[in-house]
Amino acid sequence: MATISLKDVRKDYGRNPVIHGISLDVANREFIVIVGPSGCGKSTLLRMVAGLEEITSGTIEIDERVVNQLEPRERDIAMVFQNYALYPHMTVFENMAYGLKIAGKNRTEIAERVSSAANMLELGPYLTRKPRALSGGQRQRVAMGRALVRDPAAFLFDEPLSNLDAKLRVQMRLEIKALQREVGTTSLYVTHDQVEAMTLADRLVVMNGGRAEQIDTPMNVYLKPASVFVASFIGSPAMNIIEARVAAESRGVVVAGRTIDLDHLRLHLPAVGAPVLFGIRPEHIAVSETEKVDLLLTVSAVETLGADALAHCYFEGGKKGRDFVVRLPGTRTVRVGEHLPVVLDRAATHLFDPESKKRLN
Amino acid sequence: MNRATFPHKFLPYLLLLPQLAITVVFFYWPAGQALRQSLLREDAFGLKTQFVGLSNFKRVLADPAYVNSITVTVVFSIATAFISMAVALLLAVQAEKVIRGKTFYRTLLIWPYAVAPAIAGMLWLFLFNPSFGTLAYPLRLMGLNWDPLLNGPQAMTMIIMAASWKQISYNFIFFVAGLQAIPRTLIEAAAIDGATARKRFWTIVFPLLAPTSFFLLVVNTVYALFDTFGIIHAVTGGGPGKTTETLVYKVYNDGFVNLILGDSAAQSVILMVIVIALTAIQFRYIERRVHYG
Ligand SMILES: Nc1ncnc2c1ncn2[C@@H]1O[C@H](COP(=O)(O)OP(=O)(O)OP(=O)(O)O)[C@@H](O)[C@H]1O
Ligand SMILES: [Mg+2]
Repeated sequence: MATISLKDVRKDYGRNPVIHGISLDVANREFIVIVGPSGCGKSTLLRMVAGLEEITSGTIEIDERVVNQLEPRERDIAMVFQNYALYPHMTVFENMAYGLKIAGKNRTEIAERVSSAANMLELGPYLTRKPRALSGGQRQRVAMGRALVRDPAAFLFDEPLSNLDAKLRVQMRLEIKALQREVGTTSLYVTHDQVEAMTLADRLVVMNGGRAEQIDTPMNVYLKPASVFVASFIGSPAMNIIEARVAAESRGVVVAGRTIDLDHLRLHLPAVGAPVLFGIRPEHIAVSETEKVDLLLTVSAVETLGADALAHCYFEGGKKGRDFVVRLPGTRTVRVGEHLPVVLDRAATHLFDPESKKRLN
Repeated sequence: MNRATFPHKFLPYLLLLPQLAITVVFFYWPAGQALRQSLLREDAFGLKTQFVGLSNFKRVLADPAYVNSITVTVVFSIATAFISMAVALLLAVQAEKVIRGKTFYRTLLIWPYAVAPAIAGMLWLFLFNPSFGTLAYPLRLMGLNWDPLLNGPQAMTMIIMAASWKQISYNFIFFVAGLQAIPRTLIEAAAIDGATARKRFWTIVFPLLAPTSFFLLVVNTVYALFDTFGIIHAVTGGGPGKTTETLVYKVYNDGFVNLILGDSAAQSVILMVIVIALTAIQFRYIERRVHYG
């Protein structure tokens, strides 16, 4: 059980900065997911916490103890790697027992702890096997088991599920969540999969280009993305973000020649006529049943997903290339070329500054 | 596996013919000759040749000089293989840690392999010559009565050093490759599991190098058995006494110096059997090592 605290942590490779100052306070028992596109520095950040990578500046504390200069083995953490990193010449039992043996635990205690972890992960029948005789999912469990038996202050996960097939990934995702609830160990979990991020996290850290763009609960990140990047990264399909201008008298914004009144956001709007980025998620758009129409769209392609369908549209009179996605109930059939008059859910509208890309409302 | 198809059945054999001819002329023919010779006895003037069955073998194996030569060979081979591998492994592990100039460092360590055995032997001979050797002098200063020309164990030490030194480069290359094949994350995982650098080496790195080490063990033993003739010839000539006369050196000595052809041939046949056995073991293990990981 421990807290983890990062204070303005930076990392340069040579003269090349990779992490530009990240601060984060992780509470005891909290499950933090670090999510971001490939190359944004997630692994680097995690490896700095693990002690596998030097910290250029800033401090990292685990359980209120600065660990910057400590070796990985002195940090009381366990890590699950993307490729599992199981010791190929040891059996499953030996893999899980390795850390305990080094810690000088006696044989009965090792056997007890390994077998209880093995039970938890349903690995009992495989204890005498070598890793090469296991399936991907089983290897993943062994890697989890190896972390679990040590009962460390914190778990670090670096994309532990990305080598599994889609179905197994969903199953393991649920198991990891349940396991962490049960043992209550503070966890940092890196992924580039936003579904994994949303479902696992107590709090999310959305990273982009070595910066934490937003640190908040999954729901807040979804409802109030702090920047254009977060808005388009979290949520599938991505949020529609359109260039607009502030309407006369600050009543709302003008999109494709139509004024969308946003009375409740009046205070957040910049000067009349100023450019602004207007965002709305596909699921917050509905086909108009009344006279009231916010936007008039033309369908250019339809993706049917079963429960719902995604209509890719462009604005009436607008450029064809510009994609504007609307999520419709699966029961509603739409054809390519059909005109869709839509209304927008006012409570779910987002405004961003076109310069700083930061959220305005 | 891609299989090339040839228009004729004979073409592939025709293309292999030069290689086959070389193999037959330079390997099988002499081997056959040795085998034949080992069953014959020739009189001192080479006028009469007589079939004697296995009696050459009987005599060779009963000869105390031959038994001595076996002991010398075993000591020499094990020591050479062990020293050259241990030093090479140490250097390879250290080379992994070098960050700047890694290639330069590696290239330097590979060079000695290009030195011919006899030259390597001469090098060591000069360095350790009791009267003018550059390194013999400090040994004397340290109070050691250094005289490999008369002292058997010292002569043995010297040829072991020379033979190991030459083989270190070869082993180094293989160990560097072997170390690079071990995924970094395994070592990182062990570090997180609490292992110190030393512990990581002995529990993770060393066991995972086992296939490489075993392969090298066989190669080095074969090297020490056969390829060190030049070194021994240049440095000690089998002496003093017969303290550095290995099996291969004895074959040469008996056959070409003392002209006891039958005994010499019988000895080469025994050597052949040893090589075949070693090679068989090696192949079994090379096949087995594929299963790691
Ligand atoms: N040893 C290194 N030397 C120089 N640059 C590095 C080194 N390791 C990583 N980088 C750079 O640091 C950046 C962040 O890498 P990192 O591995 O943390 O990305 P990531 O977010 O984990 O990506 P992914 O999702 O693909 O794993 C990348 O641009 C990468 O090129
Ligand atoms: Mg990564």
